[in-house]
Amino acid sequence: MRLARGGFRLACAFRSDTGALALFGRSGSGKSTVLGLIAGLLRPDAGRIVVDGRTLVDVERGIFLPPHRRQVGMVFQDALLFPHLSVRANLAYGRRFARSGRPVDADAVIGMLGIGHLMARRPAGLSGGERQRVAIGRALLAGPRVLLLDEPLSALDFERRREIMPYVERLRDTLAWPLVYVSHAVDEVARIAREVVVLEDGAVVASGAPGEVLAPGGASAGFGAVSVIEARVAGHDAAYGLTALDHPAGPISVPGHVGRPGDMHRVLVRATDVALAVQRPRDVSFRTVLLGTIRSIAVEDGPTARVEIALRGEGRLVALVTRKAIDELALDAGDEVFAMLKATALDERATAFAPRVR
Amino acid sequence: MLELSPDDWVALRLSVKVACVATLGALPLAIAVATLLARARFPGKTLVDALVHLPLVMPPVVTGYLLLLAFGRRGPIGEWLESTFGLVLSFRWTGAALACAVMGFPLMVRAIRLSIEAVDGRLAAAAATLGAPPLWSYATVTLPLALPGVLAGAVLCFAKALGEFGATITFVSSIPGETRTLPSAIYAATQTPGGDESAMRLTLVAIAVSVAALALSEWLARRVRRAVGGAP
Repeated sequence: MRLARGGFRLACAFRSDTGALALFGRSGSGKSTVLGLIAGLLRPDAGRIVVDGRTLVDVERGIFLPPHRRQVGMVFQDALLFPHLSVRANLAYGRRFARSGRPVDADAVIGMLGIGHLMARRPAGLSGGERQRVAIGRALLAGPRVLLLDEPLSALDFERRREIMPYVERLRDTLAWPLVYVSHAVDEVARIAREVVVLEDGAVVASGAPGEVLAPGGASAGFGAVSVIEARVAGHDAAYGLTALDHPAGPISVPGHVGRPGDMHRVLVRATDVALAVQRPRDVSFRTVLLGTIRSIAVEDGPTARVEIALRGEGRLVALVTRKAIDELALDAGDEVFAMLKATALDERATAFAPRVR
Repeated sequence: MLELSPDDWVALRLSVKVACVATLGALPLAIAVATLLARARFPGKTLVDALVHLPLVMPPVVTGYLLLLAFGRRGPIGEWLESTFGLVLSFRWTGAALACAVMGFPLMVRAIRLSIEAVDGRLAAAAATLGAPPLWSYATVTLPLALPGVLAGAVLCFAKALGEFGATITFVSSIPGETRTLPSAIYAATQTPGGDESAMRLTLVAIAVSVAALALSEWLARRVRRAVGGAP
């Protein structure tokens, strides 16, 4: 699809059948514009959009379905609940128009979102997190073929984000609802997406599985260096409240009770949370030590350097260390290193059940 | 002194009737025009906007005279109305209501337009993504949220209609029992020798009616605000 508005030009093409697509990019990259085009709130200058086998827009063939006939649900950044209606009436608003699309079990949705006790309240009396959950429920109860989420967490504070995230995951896993998730937060994308499309200046610069796209040196490099490691749940340590993950490069220890043994799990690691050692470290508090080979060292202008490590087995890891450390440890590409991760840096924001890409 | 004469009662009843009919009659059209001006983009929008506001800036006598030319028994519209519906406006209370409606229309449109513009347009977009056709989302989201403004516009129009004098007297004259509203009656009283007492009575009545209308609208506004304002 193509669209030009003022000085902004959007030209992008992608297809996805994984059921959980994330559009990722800086603000102004055009990701919300793409959602507007899918929802029918914007008209493209050229191109076509097909969702679930239905052509929503095809400029060349003169097709433009108005938004109310698209069966595309949308959750807006600021919820946009109808202020004059109760939560119950907000949820019911789209029901009368719900047809074919996907059948919805209202009680299941309301139960899953935990909003049953809010029914009689007005939107003004809800917290930000509650409002967003009601907005998700309202969109779902209209029975959309696909759910679009436009930065649904960005207006919320840290605690509220943590509160909402599991609901979005349940949406993806329990209800298996196809969704398109727009965000500029790498941790949200790493947790939710099965497939990521990275947008920059209105164009697709990368797409693929989160592990690849969000990997060091990937298109997300400018968004704060992070790595995504996938590992299998080995077991739980109830006494210490830890979960052990199995990775060929070494065991990974994350806080909390996550997943079931055998599940694949995704761990998001910030480059600033990684320390390096040339020998297997002893007597340190780091519980996770991963063996790998340095692929490259990018020395930047400032005091820091980016070290890219190929982990033994599979996966890549990026570490941000000082240039001084590089010189004093005499690190170079090809060297074996031990990457150390603090378990406490791998909190539940950063770990997630990693559904297999279908 | 506060004993109203039968003539005073007639003028009072007529005034309230004319103002009510003028307000209720103009309301649907005012809502439609205000919505168009607030939400739609079309060629000639500026012209429509100017036309709506014309009665506000023209001398009322000019408006009344133009109404007489158009809606008088020999005027093009007046003739057609009489032959088609048997409806005569000139020198009838219905004509007074028309004059009041025309004079109050700009005030009403202005208030309603502002309140519609104040409603977040993205709420209608949200309604559309939920499957609501445009008219439905307008009727269930935009209009209810603009209701306080609609009410304010109606009150302004009613007040204007109650006090309208220039256009009314030019268009429908001041016939006791038919077109002699409170302002006309007060004017007539002041022109009659010994009519001071009657003018004073009617003045007090006019004040009482205005205050009552204001109180009623305040009470209504509070109820509407509570209904749409989103208090928990």
